[in-house]
Amino acid sequence: MTSEQEPRPGSAVSAAELAADRDLDSFRRRARAFIRENLRAIEPEERFGLMRPKLSDEEELAAVAREREVQRLFYDHGFAGLCFPEEYHGRGLTPAHQRVFNEEIVGYEYPGRLQAPTFSPCAAVLLECGTEQQKRRHLPRILRGEEIWMQFLSEPSGGSDVAGALTTAVREGDEWVLNGSKIWTTGAWWSDWALCLARTNWDVPKHRGLTVFILPLRAEGVELHRIEMLNGLKDFCQEFLTDVRVPDSDRVGEVDGGWTVGTRWLFHERMLHNSPFVTMPLGTGYSGTNPAMLVDVARAAGTLDNPRSRDLIGEARVLDLAREALAGRIATGIRSGRMPDQSAAIGRLFTGVAATRVTTIAFELAGATAAAWAEGDGTLAEIGNDFLMRQVSCIGGGTTEMARNVISERVLGMPREAAFDRDRPFRDVPRGARNRL
Amino acid sequence: MLLELSPDQEMLRQTTARFLADHVPSDVLRRLRADDAGFDRGYWAEGAGLGWTSLLVDERHGGGSVSGTGLVDLTVIAHEFGAAAAPGPLVVTNVVAAALSAAASADSAAAHEEVLAGLLSGETIAAWCPPPAAGGTGEIVGTADGDDIVLTGVARPVEAAGQADCFLLTARLPEGRTQLLVPAGTPGVSVEPLRSVDLTRRLGLVRLDAARLPRAAAVVGEPGTADETDEWLRQLALVIVCAETTGAMQAAFDLTVRWAFERYSFGRPLASYQALKHRFADMKSWLEATHALADAAAAAVAAGTPDAAELASAAKAFSGDYGGELAQDCVQMHGGIGVTFEHDLHLYLRRITLDRALYGTPADHRLRVADAFEHSKERA
Repeated sequence: MTSEQEPRPGSAVSAAELAADRDLDSFRRRARAFIRENLRAIEPEERFGLMRPKLSDEEELAAVAREREVQRLFYDHGFAGLCFPEEYHGRGLTPAHQRVFNEEIVGYEYPGRLQAPTFSPCAAVLLECGTEQQKRRHLPRILRGEEIWMQFLSEPSGGSDVAGALTTAVREGDEWVLNGSKIWTTGAWWSDWALCLARTNWDVPKHRGLTVFILPLRAEGVELHRIEMLNGLKDFCQEFLTDVRVPDSDRVGEVDGGWTVGTRWLFHERMLHNSPFVTMPLGTGYSGTNPAMLVDVARAAGTLDNPRSRDLIGEARVLDLAREALAGRIATGIRSGRMPDQSAAIGRLFTGVAATRVTTIAFELAGATAAAWAEGDGTLAEIGNDFLMRQVSCIGGGTTEMARNVISERVLGMPREAAFDRDRPFRDVPRGARNRL
Repeated sequence: MLLELSPDQEMLRQTTARFLADHVPSDVLRRLRADDAGFDRGYWAEGAGLGWTSLLVDERHGGGSVSGTGLVDLTVIAHEFGAAAAPGPLVVTNVVAAALSAAASADSAAAHEEVLAGLLSGETIAAWCPPPAAGGTGEIVGTADGDDIVLTGVARPVEAAGQADCFLLTARLPEGRTQLLVPAGTPGVSVEPLRSVDLTRRLGLVRLDAARLPRAAAVVGEPGTADETDEWLRQLALVIVCAETTGAMQAAFDLTVRWAFERYSFGRPLASYQALKHRFADMKSWLEATHALADAAAAAVAAGTPDAAELASAAKAFSGDYGGELAQDCVQMHGGIGVTFEHDLHLYLRRITLDRALYGTPADHRLRVADAFEHSKERA
């Protein structure tokens, strides 16, 4: 656990090279050389589609292993945790460095499964709210690809009403005993740790009775179940916690102060695509049909020269350019304080709505083949399933309805919705038709 | 508009915003409805003194920027024009000034120093006749006759056609498409005014009926190279128009948000209804995306990057579509008062509507974006 025994970040390169990274141009040159030498170039087709189940379990595990390797390569060459402080084995560089790296890595493999939610929100939350011991223990391992984190946030009882968590933690001496269920964890079956929001006090209003814990996924009492989505994807998981014991030293933030942590947690979740902590090729990092595939779809359908197809392709591309420009504007605005933190919801809303439209456009361009295809239909195959999955872009990571509430109430200052769970003990809050008062 | 203006840009913005608030408040705009020109020459000359026409002109010719990137500075002015639905030929005078400045720098043809000086001082008004590729209709053909050129054809719609002292147009000459500066008083040149959706922007049809002018004095830039220059001018016009639309959207949105807090129905402000709050959230996302895309286009066109044409078209398509939707949603939020002449909302609705249709409709620009996208994909 002591940092002396741990490998040094950037050990594969000279100290002089690392020092020169402060200069953005020389950093870019070094990043470019590193990426070309060490990473595999990817075919655009690999990014086709929306949450398509493409890999067998064995292939998925192999992909995870490769991503851990790539993350370790980043670490050894001084490209991991560019904006994490040096004391936690980050590089202490600027958001501009992360952006340069994200520009340079376009077209190459990257450890996507390790970025969200491990780097943001989880590592970002640890960095902001964790104890010194927690940060020293976990951040260097995260940066080396040794720890993949999940967020234990949503519960089967409610997705949007995050603070209405029913998972309960009860203190027993220096330990906490957790019981309940969490859901929508992507890839929990190959992950290591979780940040878990739990209820520690039922006798106060809901936001004041929550606490955040660090939880090893392979702890005793954690039972994991893989959920099959309508298109066959089995990435998402549900966990059942039965008397899971966590030491008090793995508590993040104050007891019953979980919502202070939770607010930052949700902020970092919304900021995912603009986060200085996340390595993600520029312009490709959001859930939705990639507009780059539309030209190929129209060509395969034999309608690329049809003005109607071109109008749709143009529309999709305009939306994508708008999404990208908007993300940059919001990130700049929040960093400089010109926009409130809650403005991240503007990007979330736009991205979701734009993505559903692009998915619909792909479906339209593919014609009848979208609904009935053969193995050999290439680009046109599976587009119907993307359409069936279309709304995930407006659900995952917080629904667009919640984003609209946040924008109108927190950005525009409009009156909040009436709620029946404020100013009364959470125990007394209606939680379904059966316990209505 | 950029979130972070430099102190000089902020000064430029404030000066213009104050000047417009003082000189053309909404009651003045309503009065100008009946004015033939739609703006006062003295107002324009004073505005020129604030930098409205100098930002795309090289320092050597009397222009200059405040930030080093004149086009971006000009978007700050254009934004305020939209936010005030201000009168005056901002787009076309700047496009012509840019063309004359570039031609003077290239030193390849007749220098139009006098006209350029007049544009800078605001005493001269010049109109740009957008070629078909830039959303205009009609074609102008020129024949050579000794040292003269004889022009025939029409161009429409031309902003400030009836007020312009001269026209910058592209004619098909024997040596190829060439830009020409045509004085409005040239025999054979006439203007037919058009009716416009905007209260103060005047547009017209410019007709050339065997209009004869001395070749040496008329040519702008290198003969036969107009296609390249036209493309650049087209991009400049798009950037200015998008910035203006953004300003008008911002003003309409701010006005409507205020209304939502002030207007009560069933004992509650409109702003408390979730059905309306969610529509405001959508509008806010369109507004911020328009800002972002318009700024991205301005930066790309100013720097002449390979994606400049695509971004300019994307900004025009997006601001046209979503600007129109936002303005109409603002009307809907107001109810009946929103479609009256008395209320200010239509001033912005008009400007957004005019800008949407000029220099290529959203559908035109979606096709351009598709072309650019396909080509960039093929190259990659």
